[in-house]
Amino acid sequence: MSTTNETRPAEALRTGDRQADERASATKPLGGIAGWMDDRIGAAKGVSFLAKKVFPDHWSFMLGEIAMYSMIVCLLTGVFLTFWFVPSASQVVYDGSYVPLQGVTMSDAYRSTLAISFDIRGGLLIRQIHHWAALIFVVSVFVHMARVFFTGAFRKPREINWVFGTILSLLACIEGFAGYSLPDDLLSGTGIRAMNGFMQSAPVIGSYLSYFVFGGAFPGEAIIPRLYSAHVLLIPAILVGLFTAHILLVFLHKHTQFPGPGRTNKNVVGYPLLPVYVAKAGGFFFIVFGVIALISAVVTINPIWAYGPYDPSPITAGSQPDWYMGFADGALRLLPGWLEFETFGFTWSMNIFPGSLILLPLMWTIIGVYPFVEAWVTGDKREHHLLDRPRNAPTRTAIGIAGISMYVVLFLAAGNDLMAIKLHLSINDITQTLRVLFFVAPPVSFWITKRICLSLQRADRQKVLHGRETGTIWRYADGRFEEIHAQLTPEERWVLVQHESQEPLQLTAGKDANGVDTPIARKQRLRAKFSRFYFKDRVAPPTPSELEAAHHEHADHGAALDGGHEAIEPAGAGQERETIKADRQHD
Amino acid sequence: MNALAARRRHPAAIAVLLLLGLLVTGGAYSFLAPKDANAAAQSAAADDVANGKDLFIANCATCHGINGQGTKSGPSLVGVGAASVDFQVGTGRMPLPGPNVQAPDNKVKFDEQEISDLAAYVASLGPGPAVPEEKYTTVIKPGTPEANKAIAEGGEIFRVNCAMCHNFAGAGGALTRGKYAPPLDGVSPKHIYEAMVTGPQSMPVFNDSNLTPEAKQKVISYLSAQENQTNVGGLTLGNLGPVSEGLFAWIFGLGILIGCAVWLGKKAA
Repeated sequence: MSTTNETRPAEALRTGDRQADERASATKPLGGIAGWMDDRIGAAKGVSFLAKKVFPDHWSFMLGEIAMYSMIVCLLTGVFLTFWFVPSASQVVYDGSYVPLQGVTMSDAYRSTLAISFDIRGGLLIRQIHHWAALIFVVSVFVHMARVFFTGAFRKPREINWVFGTILSLLACIEGFAGYSLPDDLLSGTGIRAMNGFMQSAPVIGSYLSYFVFGGAFPGEAIIPRLYSAHVLLIPAILVGLFTAHILLVFLHKHTQFPGPGRTNKNVVGYPLLPVYVAKAGGFFFIVFGVIALISAVVTINPIWAYGPYDPSPITAGSQPDWYMGFADGALRLLPGWLEFETFGFTWSMNIFPGSLILLPLMWTIIGVYPFVEAWVTGDKREHHLLDRPRNAPTRTAIGIAGISMYVVLFLAAGNDLMAIKLHLSINDITQTLRVLFFVAPPVSFWITKRICLSLQRADRQKVLHGRETGTIWRYADGRFEEIHAQLTPEERWVLVQHESQEPLQLTAGKDANGVDTPIARKQRLRAKFSRFYFKDRVAPPTPSELEAAHHEHADHGAALDGGHEAIEPAGAGQERETIKADRQHD
Repeated sequence: MNALAARRRHPAAIAVLLLLGLLVTGGAYSFLAPKDANAAAQSAAADDVANGKDLFIANCATCHGINGQGTKSGPSLVGVGAASVDFQVGTGRMPLPGPNVQAPDNKVKFDEQEISDLAAYVASLGPGPAVPEEKYTTVIKPGTPEANKAIAEGGEIFRVNCAMCHNFAGAGGALTRGKYAPPLDGVSPKHIYEAMVTGPQSMPVFNDSNLTPEAKQKVISYLSAQENQTNVGGLTLGNLGPVSEGLFAWIFGLGILIGCAVWLGKKAA
C-alpha cells in the first residue's frame, strides 16, 4: 500500500548517466608517526573511512555547520566566563569602576558580571561573543531545521536524527534561557520572575512546583546557583552528547543531496572530507567565529550595567526574553485575561498556562512526530537520500509555512510594545489584530504556499516541454511576432523531471462478505482521506513520451517555418502556446 | 539611450530605480513641504501677566477657554501652575497642532520671554507648581564620591519609579491605546523636573513629599550621566532590549553567515 509509483518514467532519461563504481583503493602499510599510532590504537581504518567520506556541496548544508560552530564558540567563551562569574545571590555593595552603580547593593552574581564587563581585560568582549554566539546558535538551529523540513531530509532513514535535532533545538532554547537568567540584572530577574509565574500557573501543583524549584519563596537565594549548574553542566552535557549522536548519524546515513544528473539514492556526489571538506569546514569555523567576534566588537548585547541590579519591585519597559523565547512571551501577551477562573478552591490560570507550560512541549512534540505522520500517510517505506525540491512536495511545504506563520504571529506579539511606539500604533489594536491573525494566518498561508508550489511545478513542466523564454521577440517580414525559446540542456532538464509524483491512495474493498465495514477499512479510509489531502492537487513531471511528442511537434513546425521559429498565433481558447527549440545562432 | 537600454536588465537596475525613486520623492517632499509661518506674537509688554493673557487668548483659548476654564476640547488650566505651562509650551507639546491620543513633543513655537509670560498668566489663575529653582535642576557631575553616590541613588529611584514606562535607559515605552512614554534623552533637566511635578498626559505626579526635590535632582543627574557615558559595548541598537538584538542576530548575524556559506559553496574544490 504505497502512494508512490515504483517505476518512474523519468528514470529512462538517466541511462548512461551512471559512472562505473569506484575501484577500491589498494591498502598500503603506514610509515612514520602515523604507523606508530596505528600500531597502538588502530585508528587508520576509521580515519581513512572518514577521510574518504564524501559530502555534497550546497550552501544550505552549511546551516547546521553554523549552528555547530557557534555552539563551540559558546563553549569556549563560556569557559572563560566561569573563571570570574560568581553564581551567588548573596548581597554585596558594588565598588567597581562603573560609576552609576557605585555604592548600590546587589547580588554577587551581578557584581561579578559587572566585573567581567568593566574590570577584567577582554571580559566584555568575551561576554558579548558568548551572548551573540548564543543568539546566532539558536537562529542557525532553527534555519537548519527549516531546511531539513522543507527538503524532506527527515524521511527514512533519518527520522531518529530529526527527533534528536528537535530535542537539540528545545535544549538550545532552554540553555539560552538559563544563561539569560544568570547575571541577575533587572531584565534577567524579570525573566526568572516570569518563569516563577509559569510554574505557578500549573493547575493544583503550581505553588508547590515553584517552592520546589526556588527552594522557598521567590526569589530566594537558591535559583541562581541551581540555574548555573543547569547552564554550565547539565544542559551542555546533554547538548554535546546528543549533538555527537546527531553528527554520527549524519556520517552513518551519509549526507543527503539535491537532485541532479548522476545523483541517485545510492550515491553521494561531492568531495571527500579530506582534504576538501576539512579545509572548507575548518575554514568556515574561523569565518563563523570571526563574524561573531566582529559583531560582538561593534554591537552591544544585553547591557546589564544599564539594566541595574535585580530587585523584585522595579520593572523596565521593553522587558522581553531573548528572541528564541519570544514566541512563548507572545503567546502570553495574546491570551485574554478572562480565561482565568476558580473552581474547588483552585485557581485555573488558563490565561497563562497554555502559553507558559503547554505551548513549548506541544510545539516540539508536533515537530518531532511530523516525519512519522507523513510516513504513515504516504506509506512510503523506502530510503530517501535525494532531497525534495520544496515545490515538489506542495502540501508539506504549505504545512511548514502555515506552522511558521503561526510561530511568527506569536513572535511578533512579543514585540507588540515596540511595534506600537516605533510605528505609532495602538498596542491594543496590534494585540487584537495578532489574535485574529493567529487563527487566520495559517490557513491563508497554507493555501497561498500550496498554490505557489503548484504553479512553480507547472512552470517547470512548461519549461521542460517548451524551453526557456529568452525574452527576445522576433518580428518577421510578414509581420509575425515570435518569442524565442531556448532548449534546456539535459542537465537542466533532469532537475526538473526527476521527481516522482505521488498519487492519492486508492481505497481497496473494505467490506466483508456481509457488506459490513472491516475495522481495517476504517483505518484505511482515514489514511486515504489524509492521502487525498496531501496529494489531491498534483502536477506530474513530463514523461519521456510527452517530451518526445513536444519535441517532435517543435521539429515539425521548425521544418515548416524557415529559420526554426514559429509565430505566436492569436491562440484559441485553451490552446497552449507553441514554442520552438531553435536557438539564435541558427539564423 | 542605447547604453541605458542595454543595462535595463542589469541585476542592479531594480535597486537603482528604487533608490532613484526614493531620492526624487524625498527630495521633492523636503522642497515642497509646507514651511512654518512666522508665529505672529507681540512682545515688549510691560506687564508679563497682561502680555501672557494676550498670548493665551490668541493661541490657547480656542481649546482651554477664554479664561482658561477649559472646554470640551481642552482641560481647565486653573491650578496647573507655571511649571506645567513651561513644560508643555517649552517642549513644543502646546499649542497642539491637532487632536491626537497624546501631544508629541514638537518644534517650540514661542521664545523664552513669551513662555514665561504665558506661565505667569496661567499661574495667576490659581495656585500650582512653580517653575523649579535652578539649584534643583543643575546636573550633578560624576567625579567625587558623593556625586557618584548621588547618581547611583538617582539610578535606583529611576528604576523603581520611571523605568517601567520610560525603559531602563530612558528610551521610552508603549502605553495603552497608542499612548506612550517618550524617550528621555535630550530632554532638558528643567523639563524633566517639571514633568515629574506636573505629571503631563499619562504620567503620574511625583510631588515633593513623594520624591523630594533633591531626589528629583538625583534622577536628573543619573539620566544625564547615563546619556553622557561612552557606550562601552559598541552600538546600542536603540537600547530597546532583546527585541532589537534578536532582529540584529537574524538579519545581520544570519545574513552575513549565509553570505559566507554561499560563497564557500560556490568555491570550486
